[in-house]
Amino acid sequence: MDNKEALLKYTLRLGDNALVLAQRLVELVAHGPELEEEMANANFALDYLGQARLFYMYAGELEGKGRKEDDFAFMRGEREFSSFLLVEQPNGHFGDTIARSVLFSEFYLLQLEALRACADARLAEIAARAEKEIRYHVRHDAQWLVRLGDGTDESHSKAQASIDSLWRFTGELFAGDEVDAVIRDEFGGPDLDVLLARWRGRIAAVLDEATLSMPDDCWMDKGGRTGRHTEHFGPLIAEMQYMQRSYPGLAW
Amino acid sequence: MSKDWPLYEVFIRAKSGLSHRHAGSVHAADDEMALNHARDVYTRRNEGVSIWVVRSSDIVASDPGDADAFFEPARDKIYRHPTFYDIPDGVENI
Repeated sequence: MDNKEALLKYTLRLGDNALVLAQRLVELVAHGPELEEEMANANFALDYLGQARLFYMYAGELEGKGRKEDDFAFMRGEREFSSFLLVEQPNGHFGDTIARSVLFSEFYLLQLEALRACADARLAEIAARAEKEIRYHVRHDAQWLVRLGDGTDESHSKAQASIDSLWRFTGELFAGDEVDAVIRDEFGGPDLDVLLARWRGRIAAVLDEATLSMPDDCWMDKGGRTGRHTEHFGPLIAEMQYMQRSYPGLAW
Repeated sequence: MSKDWPLYEVFIRAKSGLSHRHAGSVHAADDEMALNHARDVYTRRNEGVSIWVVRSSDIVASDPGDADAFFEPARDKIYRHPTFYDIPDGVENI
């Protein structure tokens, strides 16, 4: 795989993760448990959406076939999306949403921190901008997990169940492939083994403060990278894409 | 849920050199959450560089019934206003 192809795939993966999580958070708009949390959630959804646009715009330029961000977001099929299985998991209850956010955003922040120093100037710029937004998400999400875990007996057991049920989707975050290897070796991007060690350290610290326990090593689900998604993904992109599918090229 | 969460008053400093001004209030379960909520609700459009939050119940306020005793005596003492000075052009924030 040549460098340019790897860079294109890597950029699309970043865009796909951001877009799919944005779509999940958008589903919660007008369903927040509190007015203030409602605003926070909508802000976060827009942060992810903005990042997805930047990644897709760059991917379109790298590809050089005239595709724009909307083409990547709305005109690709399920199997063409390379987002992690973790981000497509349903919102569930508030604790599920927070657990998913903690597991992903702690990883994503480490990934962006590493990319800030990578050799591709454009990717480094986008990462630097996104990192500031995600740093706040991590703060918000981790604080909430601590409140829920260290809250009542009921919130504690629910939060533990959320972490336990999502744990099997975290292995994929660090199961690198050829693309990750090129980004690491040729562009000075993230080393996933290093990221895994740091991520485990940070997750362990948050879980400890939340009086939750870290799940044991278990079988890990994977497939997002190659477009093999869970059953939740089809309905998600169907809702996301139906307008452009029904009226191609429709604009505001 | 909000009936259980106390109210916090939010003060925002728009830019360095200006003082914090009251922006509104948020509900929050604890201090950290209040700070987050204030950030999410009141600084979305780049309104600030610094935030203070304080529990509304910790604010000591004057009683409207005391208004006469508190404020009436100052009303006819115009010599306390610095209106007899010329302010040079270009001086802002006065």
